[in-house]
Amino acid sequence: MAKPNDLVQGTLDLLILKTISLEPKHGWAIAKRIQQISGEVLQVQQGSLYPALHRLEQKAWIKARWKETETGRQAKFYSLTAAGRAQLEKEAENWSRLSSAINLVVETT
Amino acid sequence: MLWARRFWLKLQSLFRRKRNAQQLDDEIQFHLEQQILENIAAGMSREEARYAAMRTFGNPTVLKEEARDTWGWIGLEQMGQSLRLSVRALARTPGFALAAIFIIALGIGAPTALFTVVRSVLLRPLPFKEPQRLVRLYEHSADDKFPYNVVSGGVFAEWKRQNHGFSDLAILKTEREYNLSGSGGQLPERVAAGMCSWNLFPMLGVAPALGRNFTAADDQPSSNATVILSWGLWKRRFGSDPALLNQTIRLDAKPYTVLGILPPWFAYPDQTVQLWTPIYHEESPELMQALDDHEFAAIGRLKPGVTAAQATAELSVIVRGLHDQHLDNPLVGKAAHSRPLLESMVGDVKTALYVLLGATGCLLLIACLNVVSLLVARGATRQKELAIRAALGGSRWRLLGEHLTESTLLACAGGMVGLLFAYTTIQWLVATRPDMSRVEAVRMDGIVAVFTFALVFFCALFAGVTSSFSLTTNQLLSSLQESSRSHSAGHARLGLRKGLLSVEVCLTVVLLIASGLLLKSYEQIRSSKLGCMTKNVLTMSFKLPEAQYSKPVQRVSFWERVLQRVRNLPGVRAAGLIYYGVPGDGYGGDGGFTIAEHPPLPQGQYAIQRWADPGYFSALGIPFLSGRTFRENQRLDKANEVIISASFARKYFGSEDPIGKHLLRFGRESYQVVGIVGDTRYLIVEEPEPMTYFPLYSGTRLAATLAVRADGNVVEFALPIQKIVQQLDAELPVADILTMDQIIRRSTTDVNFDATLLLAFAALSLVLAAVGLFGVVAYIGTQRTTEIGVRIALGAQRGEVFRLMIWHGLRPAAMGLAIGLVGGAAAARIIRTLLHGVHPLDAPVFAAVTITLLAVAGAACVLPAWRASRLDPMQALRSE
Repeated sequence: MAKPNDLVQGTLDLLILKTISLEPKHGWAIAKRIQQISGEVLQVQQGSLYPALHRLEQKAWIKARWKETETGRQAKFYSLTAAGRAQLEKEAENWSRLSSAINLVVETT
Repeated sequence: MLWARRFWLKLQSLFRRKRNAQQLDDEIQFHLEQQILENIAAGMSREEARYAAMRTFGNPTVLKEEARDTWGWIGLEQMGQSLRLSVRALARTPGFALAAIFIIALGIGAPTALFTVVRSVLLRPLPFKEPQRLVRLYEHSADDKFPYNVVSGGVFAEWKRQNHGFSDLAILKTEREYNLSGSGGQLPERVAAGMCSWNLFPMLGVAPALGRNFTAADDQPSSNATVILSWGLWKRRFGSDPALLNQTIRLDAKPYTVLGILPPWFAYPDQTVQLWTPIYHEESPELMQALDDHEFAAIGRLKPGVTAAQATAELSVIVRGLHDQHLDNPLVGKAAHSRPLLESMVGDVKTALYVLLGATGCLLLIACLNVVSLLVARGATRQKELAIRAALGGSRWRLLGEHLTESTLLACAGGMVGLLFAYTTIQWLVATRPDMSRVEAVRMDGIVAVFTFALVFFCALFAGVTSSFSLTTNQLLSSLQESSRSHSAGHARLGLRKGLLSVEVCLTVVLLIASGLLLKSYEQIRSSKLGCMTKNVLTMSFKLPEAQYSKPVQRVSFWERVLQRVRNLPGVRAAGLIYYGVPGDGYGGDGGFTIAEHPPLPQGQYAIQRWADPGYFSALGIPFLSGRTFRENQRLDKANEVIISASFARKYFGSEDPIGKHLLRFGRESYQVVGIVGDTRYLIVEEPEPMTYFPLYSGTRLAATLAVRADGNVVEFALPIQKIVQQLDAELPVADILTMDQIIRRSTTDVNFDATLLLAFAALSLVLAAVGLFGVVAYIGTQRTTEIGVRIALGAQRGEVFRLMIWHGLRPAAMGLAIGLVGGAAAARIIRTLLHGVHPLDAPVFAAVTITLLAVAGAACVLPAWRASRLDPMQALRSE
């Protein structure tokens, strides 16, 4: 099973950007979402999300706002910035190119 | 705009660190709570849920650190931390901190002060238009004795007419004085002045602050007399009155129209020149055309693209041509030389200043080494702390950084104190050496600030890095063990300190030798004999204005009346008059002569000329070796006797008896030699030169110096004599009232100054080296307490222990001494031009330095060594 540490750093960034591209989410929700969507394959060590989130925030790809959750608790919600959306498209494209290339190599005998 | 946003975020994270940290805590707390809630919902107990949540999350502390890292500024944060730690550590040991700061302040202050002077005097360009194209021109005398001789008016005129390399040539003479008459109750005054061709100021690019420059029309024998005043004279004497322009002032009792006032910053060749007059108006046309009368300074401005060498070569050809046309006149020069104008002004202080700057460099190194030594010693006391920190994972870089922070702090504080110190030193220096060229330009500027900053940086880096050699974190275990039981503590550290000490001692020895040689040279000069009495002799000079004393008989009558009245003053032992000046007061001038009884010599002969009254020799105690003084009838056109000096007799008459022989001046005026007097030196630092004395009462001279010898305090006679002169001529100012001792001191100031400063540096470094030695031996003593205790307990003699400890201190000192002696010999070669009558490898000086150093080193070691040898073994063993 892939541990998050083994994930290439850029990959975690891509996952985060993709996850919050539809609607703003807080850290725990992001972690949950990644686990669910990947069918529990990608077990992100939840804590390692936060350094990544802060790094993306410093790069101004995502922005954060404190909002109330449905349970009435204050939480930090992350959303994409315009620059983040552009970055997401670039990284997604990179990823599909890379993965299809690897697929080709692996599947060609 | 992305980068702007990122920059803004960075800034925010810098100034909102506390809030951000709080929010990060909240965020993670929230995450954990959510996970716990979910786990409980999945059926875990509360406790279980919490552990599971923590497990999936990872180590919150580490993750928080990682998150904070992404905010940036981690380096800054660490630096701040190191800074706080260092300040705290230094505050805990104020004695150490103050000592280190003081030492660094000395080390930085001295070179900063000297560099300020060197930069202002030697390096900063002259404040003239394109100063790099200005050169001073010289004539090479035919006998090769004076390669950089002043120029004659005739040669200059030919240069000006024939040259192609210069866009302009100017001629000037500054050793001129005028009697400035008083108006409205002011006293008359004698002022130093310069004469120059009209184009000097335009050539230098200097415009008067008020009024106008000379023009070619002002600079002719037939034009009206004009003058340009210095700013200082205008302010002091005329109260900065702008109405003075185009008015007349009286110089030497003649009216001069004031054309302009020079700007306040103008000081060429120095600030003593008070006013300028046009040279072709002031000097006779004959003098300005003479080829053999060397009186003037010449300055040229090179044309663009012409080198000084090319232009000078052309001038050389011109002089050579004149020389060949006048082979009968041996006083016509035979070549030309040039020097950059700046060098011609400051050349004589250059070596001395660079030597002093070098000395301060040594001082800085010594100071740094001492601080390193202190840091290393202190590192020893903190060894355990550092070892434990390293063991707990403190990175080596972090520890090194802290070390550097500490030394930087010390260096900065020291640098600031040093700057203050330098500032005071410069004030003092400028006040003490008004005679130094360009001293008025000495001030601190941006370059000096950069220099000081560089010194601070060097100091910080040098002290920090060198002292951190002893930070051996890779030998953690051993250092922990070592400090638990110090039998042979810190060998590496001790070796380093001993090495530093050797370097320190070596530099000290070099400084000591240099200052010793200079001091000896100074003593040599002080003890050399002028050739006349110097105790209780007062001198003053006056110059009769030609307008009122046009006839020789008027002059002679004045001289006689002055002498008679002064000699009648009660308490005055003797008085005499001499032109150009008393011994020690300068070269004056020389003149050519031939000996009537000898066949004429092709290369010509000349000697220093003086004009004296008959009583001058006995007044100053200059002995007659043979013959007698002038007879009373030697006056006006009957004067035909001459007195020669001993070296003149030796050089030109050999074994012959000169008495009764005749000297011819200008090939026609015949003078009979009537006496031979002892040699006198024209400057105390120069060997006596052949000299001739003509009768002052011939009345050919307008100026003279009065020398008065009295019992007791001769200075008391200054006022009565001035009154006598006043009674004889109310308009006549008296100038240069100096005792003989003051005249001597004037020409020895620079040697004395250099020697004193160097000695001060040497003494300082000796003290620093001694402190360093003391420190090392004391350190060994405390580090080896146990070992010494064991030795003594096992029966070692106390004397033996004492010798051992002394040896520890003396060995590095002896090594430094040996290298230092070699270095000193090299340094002596560099300063040999500053030495008078002392061999650069003067054995007594070297011996004295060796003995002094060994004595001081020994003394510094004795106390700690003695203390070590008095150790009570029981206590020593228990103390661990």
